[in-house]
Amino acid sequence: MGILDHHKKIETHATLLLVLSFLVVTIGGIVQIVPLFYLDNTIEKVEGMRPYSPLEIKGRELYLREGCYNCHSQMIRPMRDEVERYGHYSLAAESMYDHPFQWGSKRTGPDLARLGGRYSDDWHVQHMIAPQSVVPESIMPSYGFMMNRDLTRADAEHVRDIMAVYRTLGHPYTDEMMENAVDDFFAQVDEFGDPVADRYPGAQQRNFDGQEGRITEMDAIIAYMQMLGTLVDFDTFVPDASR
Amino acid sequence: MADNSENKVTPPSRQYPDPAVKLKEEPPTTGHSWDGIEEYDNPMPRWWVWIFIITVVWSVGYWIAYPAWPGIQSATSGLLGYSSRANVASEIAEFETRNEQFFVQLVETDLDEIRDNDELHRFAINAGGSVFRAQCSQCHGTGGAGVQASGFPNLLNDDWLWGGTMEDILTTVTWGIRNEDYPDARWSEMPAFGVDGLLEDEEIDQVVNFVLSLSGADHDADLAALGQEHYELNCASCHMDDGSGDYFIGAPALNNQVWLYGGSPDAIRHSIYYSRFGVMPGFETRLREAEIRAVAAYVHQLGGGQ
Repeated sequence: MGILDHHKKIETHATLLLVLSFLVVTIGGIVQIVPLFYLDNTIEKVEGMRPYSPLEIKGRELYLREGCYNCHSQMIRPMRDEVERYGHYSLAAESMYDHPFQWGSKRTGPDLARLGGRYSDDWHVQHMIAPQSVVPESIMPSYGFMMNRDLTRADAEHVRDIMAVYRTLGHPYTDEMMENAVDDFFAQVDEFGDPVADRYPGAQQRNFDGQEGRITEMDAIIAYMQMLGTLVDFDTFVPDASR
Repeated sequence: MADNSENKVTPPSRQYPDPAVKLKEEPPTTGHSWDGIEEYDNPMPRWWVWIFIITVVWSVGYWIAYPAWPGIQSATSGLLGYSSRANVASEIAEFETRNEQFFVQLVETDLDEIRDNDELHRFAINAGGSVFRAQCSQCHGTGGAGVQASGFPNLLNDDWLWGGTMEDILTTVTWGIRNEDYPDARWSEMPAFGVDGLLEDEEIDQVVNFVLSLSGADHDADLAALGQEHYELNCASCHMDDGSGDYFIGAPALNNQVWLYGGSPDAIRHSIYYSRFGVMPGFETRLREAEIRAVAAYVHQLGGGQ
């Protein structure tokens, strides 16, 4: 058996065993992971994806802070029952500005990948305050306190810092977006403010939580939820057959 | 007392492996010895080795048949042409074909005649029911009972805001209520009598009592009498003199005990002071025409259809 007779050398030499096992795992990892960085069809080209607007980033931060991902996934699988219920299956491109991504297999609540535009802002406010009042069988806890937590300039500046970090990760935030980040943050909750959609196509701009004269966490989280899955233009999407 | 002393130790003949049986051939040892303990060097079971070899061979076939190895531009696509996306598309297409005849029939049949065709009606309320559970139940409730006092209308009773005929329900589902996505969406807006300063606070109180009297609830008769004039000037053009409401502009009936936002004096005062603005999305682009007609048929037969 030639070479196989030498396995005793490896098995009786701890350092050699460690180095060689590491080598084997590395090769496996390289074969599986590296191609994802250069293959053309890893992230398909789609129309409409853009990085998050400042207020949406804040909403996303709140989504992470409250651990929404513990019960909600954001990934519609390519299966008939999922597509019928939630809409078009998710594309990798739709998560390309998510750090970290919000996929997952734990669904205590429904998938939220295409939540945007499905319900009115009022519904979201009511549902966040008292989930059981609109979905009696729900076990979701109340997030009504978000109505009382005001967002300040410091929050906006923090979001700008986050955008700077995202920029180093390759998100296409322009200098103009960075300069206007704080203004855009507040403009997006003001229907008559500077149109945020000029810089962030498709951004929705209004008073999301319905409270006059206040900008709260509820505004941010609803702004985020109302844009989920709404960006990609599926009229121009041609699925790559090799997936 | 029975003597069970012989049960205390298992007799050698019943021990396993029986020490009396000698192995045909002593297997070789690995040669190590720790404190006199040696280790047999038995070969791995044959069945295990064979399964291992078969899985290795199988993997080669799998690589050829299914998408596997990454290349320069894309991964190998496999001889079988497997694609999870094509699979879901064809599965959906299969169900489409099966439902096609009914969908066509639904669109072609006059709304009011759907009920006359048993098979079609059964299909419509089942298809409509599943659309309802996916798209409508979050606001209108799984069973269609709405959410009382939160502005989500109950669909089980015959108190309609915009009308309860098949045609009315179809229009509502297609274009929605007070949304700007469609110019055809039903639209009306009640003035905020308090915020806009159209009525004084005490006048609003009087109107509240008059509205309570319309619905037959407990009220202050004196205030109600005073409120009647304000009601007739400000409210009756939409809600009608007798409070029966108007489907044409979605003015709710006030002369019954069904309340969209609650029937307490406080809730009514809030409605008059701040006004209400219930919205509903339109489904013209989200559902196909046949599905909208099916959901209209489903809602119509829930109990309140006119």
